Order: sequence, then structure tokens, then C-alpha cells
Amino acid sequence: MSLSRSAVALRRTAVHAVPTMLGIVVLCFLLLQLVPGDAVDVLAGQSGSATAETMSALREQYGLNQGLGSQLWSYLAHLAHFDLGRSVRFGTPVTQLVLDRLPATLLLMLSALGFALVLGIVAGWVMAAFANRWPDRILQVVVLLFYSTPGFWVGLMAIVLFSVKLGWLPSSGNATIGSALTGFDYLLDRARYLVLPSIALSTFFIAIYARLTRASMLEVTSQDFIRTAAAKGLHPFYIQLRHALRNALIPVTTMAGLHLGNLLGGAVVVETIFGWPGMGRLALDAVVGRDFNVLLGVLLLSSLVVIVSNAIVDQLHAWLDPRIEGH
Amino acid sequence: MTTSVLDAAPRGSRLLRAFARNPSFLFGCAILLAVVVVALLAPWLFPGDPQDMVAPPTLWPGEDMAYPLGTDSLGRDVAAGLAYGARVSLAVGVIAAALGLLIGAVVGAIGGYFGGKVDLVLARLTELFQTIPTFILVIVIVAIGQPTATVIVTAIGIASWPTVARLVRAQFRSLREADFVMAARSLGYSHWRIIVHEILPNALPPVVVTTSVMVANAILTEAGLSFLSMGDPNLVSWGSMIGDGGPLLRTAWFLTALPGAAIALTVLSLNLVGDGLNDVLNPRSMQQ
Amino acid sequence: MSPNPVLLQVRDLVVGFGKTEVVHGIGFDVAAGETMALVGESGCGKSLTAFALMRLLPHGARIFGGQVLFQGRDLVAAREKILRDIRGNEISLILQEPMTSLNPVLPIGLQIAEVLLRHKSMSRRQADRRVLELLSLVGIPEPQRRAREFPHNFSGGMRQRVMIAMAVACGPRLVIADEPTTALDVTIQAQVLDLLDRLRKDLSMAVLLITHDLGVVAQWADRVTVMYAGRVAEEGPVGPFFRQPRHPYARGLLGASVGDSGSAHYTTQRLVEIPGSVASAAAERGCPFAPRCPETIAACRVQPPRLEPVGEMHRVACPVEVAK
Repeated sequence: MSLSRSAVALRRTAVHAVPTMLGIVVLCFLLLQLVPGDAVDVLAGQSGSATAETMSALREQYGLNQGLGSQLWSYLAHLAHFDLGRSVRFGTPVTQLVLDRLPATLLLMLSALGFALVLGIVAGWVMAAFANRWPDRILQVVVLLFYSTPGFWVGLMAIVLFSVKLGWLPSSGNATIGSALTGFDYLLDRARYLVLPSIALSTFFIAIYARLTRASMLEVTSQDFIRTAAAKGLHPFYIQLRHALRNALIPVTTMAGLHLGNLLGGAVVVETIFGWPGMGRLALDAVVGRDFNVLLGVLLLSSLVVIVSNAIVDQLHAWLDPRIEGH
Repeated sequence: MTTSVLDAAPRGSRLLRAFARNPSFLFGCAILLAVVVVALLAPWLFPGDPQDMVAPPTLWPGEDMAYPLGTDSLGRDVAAGLAYGARVSLAVGVIAAALGLLIGAVVGAIGGYFGGKVDLVLARLTELFQTIPTFILVIVIVAIGQPTATVIVTAIGIASWPTVARLVRAQFRSLREADFVMAARSLGYSHWRIIVHEILPNALPPVVVTTSVMVANAILTEAGLSFLSMGDPNLVSWGSMIGDGGPLLRTAWFLTALPGAAIALTVLSLNLVGDGLNDVLNPRSMQQ
Repeated sequence: MSPNPVLLQVRDLVVGFGKTEVVHGIGFDVAAGETMALVGESGCGKSLTAFALMRLLPHGARIFGGQVLFQGRDLVAAREKILRDIRGNEISLILQEPMTSLNPVLPIGLQIAEVLLRHKSMSRRQADRRVLELLSLVGIPEPQRRAREFPHNFSGGMRQRVMIAMAVACGPRLVIADEPTTALDVTIQAQVLDLLDRLRKDLSMAVLLITHDLGVVAQWADRVTVMYAGRVAEEGPVGPFFRQPRHPYARGLLGASVGDSGSAHYTTQRLVEIPGSVASAAAERGCPFAPRCPETIAACRVQPPRLEPVGEMHRVACPVEVAK
């Protein structure tokens, strides 16, 4: 794809993304104000005892004794330096805490997404190829079940089956602790831990992509250019792959982007079940520990992830569909 | 999306007949009805508080016929929990969806109808809320507030309005150019009257379809919340039952399986209803 | 039947949807190198016939019976694999809608190369070279640049030229053109048809031209087959046909177009309508045209008339005409 089309799409994204991000930041700030008491109360409560002097000193330190406007300003200023404040439980910078956990969550999300895309597209393809015959009908029921079943429950049942009964896969963590595996063994070990959480996270999305692909393929295969391709004597399978699927995947990829937020949300629960050391777990611990800086940091960063992935999806869409000109 | 949405959706008795011809829709309605009935009759079927400890703990289903679905780790009746959980799930689902619908419809209608700067601001607001991962926003709101049913419902409603807003906005944008709107304007009707009496009834079909999906999503979100112990501690919810059953996964996995199946069944029925509504009310869609 | 060897023989072809027949046993021949026009109004089954010849029927349609003999082989009975070898290679198809007949996400050069790589053993580079030659052949300027572009970068007429390039790429014996210019501007129509005719002569192909436009038939066809309600009404050389159409329906058609007699003008002469509508044919046991025909006799309504010769390679399905 030409560089100029890419650049135009990027610029369009940036124009949208910046105000949105700013809005989210302001929203976070407002939410922070809604927290009952303030961070200092929490701190004081945690440390066990606090005199009025320590409290006001702390307030000074956190800038909590100033007006709302200037608080917002300092909040924004801090953000510009990627400073999200400190965790009231650990005292460590929130940015560091969250960024430490980000890779694990991303890994889980990407693996679930990949799994969902592959399985979903294949299922949708099969359903479209056998439209209204029994393979399609059976798959439609299966897909509907996937769509309706809470992912975390699937995860739990999967643990019962694969971990407890069969003992094939681990039920917790993301790597074998204490082992000194290297190279391929290391990857294999990590992969074993990734399987069940990914499956749990992906079921809902398998259903979405399957339905989308089915509808999309059905629409594409009724188009004239498919007949043209057949009139050229091309093999049906080749036509499906090269002509039909290529076109049908365009709406699928755009839709894929819209569900990334759901993927993150689902990750929260899945990480909890499987003890996966990601942002979701961090958020939940923060809720329990009333650590709102961390919680809002997670909110901010996950929103940023959504924005970035939307941008990537836009690029992908422009690359796939040459009819989209940059303007 | 068509301005002749008036022609697209069948009316009256044709509508009912179209529904009757759709077996999966009827199936979904049947299941949904069953769940609603159980929820309504819960206090009579299982008098008392479902959180009462009434029996020896961790009885398996079928072990003791007085407790056909067994008991949990604290000796509470699973069947009672499921019945009362139905009340919670349905109530939260419906009210949260209604709230989301209300907010979304208002935002979408105003933005879609008036256009211009108003639309720009509202569209950006919608985009903002749509960017934030729904579940995380709900968690944040519930964490800041108290984990009561009211807060939970409000949180889910606040997090779910963007989808409706986009839908309604699109409908209003296309319908405001329709002839009958121009006729109404020329008669001097106020904006309010046009929005509510003229456009809104015609914008409804896709919104009706989305309703069942929204209720389904609200139920799933509530289940997730209570599973994470962020639900209302005074209420028994299917999600909380799954959460309580977690530690006993290895020995008493039915405690997790049963409430989960209940959720799946209810959400399934809602999806079937939604699909049926979609088939009937949006006939031009990519269906075969 | 004509001095050239017969390329395609259609015999008693019956095509329909589900249980309903639409084409009720038609037959015609196409000789090598000639342009045969298949004429009829919308719904008479001509497009369905064209698709049936290559067994590219739409979903739900099927061939109930009959034969399509192409160079001796029956395409109706042949295995799918044989048919795939013939499509694009010995018989090719040009569709009506240039807007939707090309894959919007693949460059047109690739779409043309596809058919070359499928049927001819050539390398990718050779195919690319051939694509450029073909693009020049059909009159597309700057072929190097244009081959990499997408269908939406081309106008309707240009897209149809690309379709023609795809159709003639492997040197087919027969090109089936289904209303190739109906969706184009009038000014472009002549150009495209002219191109098709030139290529036919230069590459020694036969063209089966499906159209509802008698003007096109008069200008470009050698022979014409007129269809009505799924049956053949008249078949013959274009000259004698236009000078004196034998079938009452054909006469009605030509009378309904201006230019019947040399001095005709719409201000001086009323267009002659054929009374009634095609729908009347559905209930008819005999000749489908009988309900609207000014010359029916009792025999017409008993059973559909057979095609009988009335002149040099000229046949008509009308007992009244044959008797004259």
C-alpha cells in the first residue's frame, strides 16, 4: 500500500485519537474526585495512625489542598511526563506498575484474538459453504452457545476438564516458577500456560467472527465477479480463497477492531481465574486495596491500548481494501 | 439503512405471523418465559432467604432429594440460589439495559437530529465512552461507589449507552431528511414533537433488536462483577454462586457448572429472541 | 448448416429453477467464426441459456435435460473437471455489468493473468508480458501502469475492455457475450462492440451475442435466434430476417421499432405494439405466442410448434408461416 494512503489514514486517526484521549483523561480526573475521602485518608488508614499534621503534610505533597482547576492542571502536567502518581499501597509509581503488567495482558489478548480469528473465520467459512444444510445448522447452534456462555465460566469448566480431570494443562500462572528452561522448552512451557486462558477469553469472539464471516461470505459469493472467476475455469477452492475470502474478510477486520475493548474487559476476569499476572489482576487488587491511582492508571492505559489498536485496524482495513482512498 | 424503513418492517398481524414462523425465536421466548416465571415465583418455590444455611454442606445433586441440586460449601440450597439469582440477573439486566437505552436514545436522537456542533460534541462523547473498555469502566464506577445493586445497575447503564447512541444517531440522521419530517416541519411542529412523535417510532426497529442484546450483555457483565466479589453482598446472584464455587472446583464442580449453565441458557434465549427480532424487523439484512 | 464447421450445437435444452422450467427445450447452432445473436425480451430465458451452456447457473437453477455439443463433447453430461478446463480456455464469458464483474480488491492485470496461468503453461513473467499485449489489443492506453490498477480506477467502457481481454486471453473458439453493452453509455457501446467484432475476425472466434437490442443484431450479427417465453421462435441469417421476418412475434418486434420502412419517424408513424403481455404464455399449452398472435389457427394451441425450415438455413416455429 502506498505510503501516502498510510499517512493519510494515520493522520485521520491522530485527529480523532488525541481529543478522545484527552477526554478520557479528564474523565479519570473527575472519577478521582468522586472517590470517597481522598488518597490521604486511605494512606493514613493503611499506615495505622496519622496525626493532623502528617495528614496535611501528605495533602501538601499530593497537591490535594489546592482548587479543582489547578489540580486538574497538575494532573495533566504529571501525565505529560507519564507520571500517573503513586500506588498508595506500594508507593511505587503507577506507571511502572502498570507497564510491568502490560506485556502479560497483551500476550493473552493477542493469543485469544488470534485463536478467535482463525477458528471463527474457518467456522464462518464452513457455515457459508454449507448454508442452510445440516453442517451450517449445527455450527450455528454451537456458535450461538459460544456467544451466550460467559467466558469465565468456560475457563472454569476448562480447568475442571483439562487440569483437574485430565491433568494436561496448568490452571494457574503464566510460567513454571523456578525452572531454568531455555529456548524451545521455555516457549513450550509458556505456551502450555497460555492455552486455557486464551480459550476462555476467545469463545465469545469466535462466535462473533464466525457469524460475521458467514454473513460476509454469503454476500460475497452471490456477487458477479465470482461468476467471472468461475467462467475463467478456476478451481472452486481457489475461487473461495483468492476471490471470496479476500473480499469477505474486509468487514470482518473492521469489526474485529470494535471488540478490542471487550477483549480487555474479558481479560480482567480471565486473569483472575487463571492467576495470570496481567493488568486485569492488578486492577482487581487495586479495587480491593482501594488503590485508586492504580485503578485509574489501568483505565487510562487500557483506553490507550484500544485507541492504538483501532489505529492499527484502520491501517489494516485501508491495506486490504484498495477502494478506500485517503482524502 | 434506508429511509423507507416504513416499508421494510411488517406491521400488526403480519408481524405476529412472521414471528410464529420462526422456530428458534419461539424457542428463545419459551426459555425466557420459563426463567421469568421461576424468578417471579422464587419466594413461593423457595420460601426464606436463599443465603440461609439449611443443610449439610457440599451435597451433590441427587444425594438428598430435598435439595435436588445440592448445597454449597456453607450448606445453602443451590436450587434456591438459582431461583433467586434469576431475579437478580433479570432485574439488573433489564433495568441496566433500559438505562443504557434511555441515555443512548437521548444522546443519539439529539445529535442525529440537530447535527452541527451539537452532533460533533455528542459524537465525540460517544466515541470516548466507547473507547473505554466497558467492563473496566464498570469496575471503576462500582469501586468508587458502594457495591449495591443500584450502583451496579447505574454503572452498567453508563457503560453501555454508546452502542445505542450510534444506532439511534444513524437512524435519525437518515430519517430527518425524509419527506414526512419535512411535512411536519412545514406544519410548524416543534422539534420535540417531531423527534418523539414522528421520527422515533420509525427509528425503533433496529433499537428493539438491540434491546435483547443489551439485556444479555448486562446480565453477563453483572455475572462477571459478582463473580469477582464486586456484586451486592446481600444478594445471591448467579455470578456470586460461581465465585463461591471456585475454591471447590476440584471436588464440587457442579457448584460452578449449574449457575453458569443458567446464565448461558438465559443469555441464549435472549440472543435467540434478538435474532428472531432482527430477522423479522430488518428483512433487508444479509440473511439467507 | 452453414459453410463453416459447426462449433456449438444446442439440442432440446431445458433449464429451470427448482421444479419450474424456464427454458423449454431450445436448440440452435453456432458455426465457427460467426456472430450468432440470441435475441429476446427480458425474462425470455436467454441469459439463463447462456449460463447453462457453460454450466455456470445461479443458485437453485439446474439443467433438466438436453444436450450442448461443443466440438463433439456434450457439456451437459461432462464431468466438472472437464468443464473447468474448457471455461476461459475454449469457451469464455463476458458479463453484462462491468461494475460488479471484476473483483474490486485485486489489480486487473492479475485478474487477466489468472486465466493465462490457469490454462497455459507459462511463467509469471511471460503471463505478465502477455497481459500487457492483451491490454494494448483491447485499446487500453498505458498498459504498464494500468495493469497494476484496480477496477474502480477504470470507467465502465474500460472495464468491459478488460473483461474482453480476459475472455480472449487464451484464444477461445467461442465467446459468449451476455448483453455486453447494455450497461454502457450509447457512445461507448459501439466502440466495445466494434472491438469485439474485430477480435472475432482477427482471432477466428465465434461470438454468441445475447442481447435485446435489435439494432445491435442488425449491425453486428451474422445469424439470429429469436427467443420467446423460453422457446425458439425463429432462427436464420440476419439479412433475410430483417428483410422479411417470418415469425409473427419477430414481425411484431421489428414493427415496434422505428426504422421499419426507410422514411419512418416517430412523428409520422405510430410504433406498432404487440398486444397483450408475455405473462400470457405461462398458461398456454400450445404455442406460447398464441394468446397475442394475429394469425393463430386451431393447431397452434394444441402443442408448441416445432422449428421447420422456411428458407436457406432459416427456420421458424410457426405452422401458419411454414404452410405459406
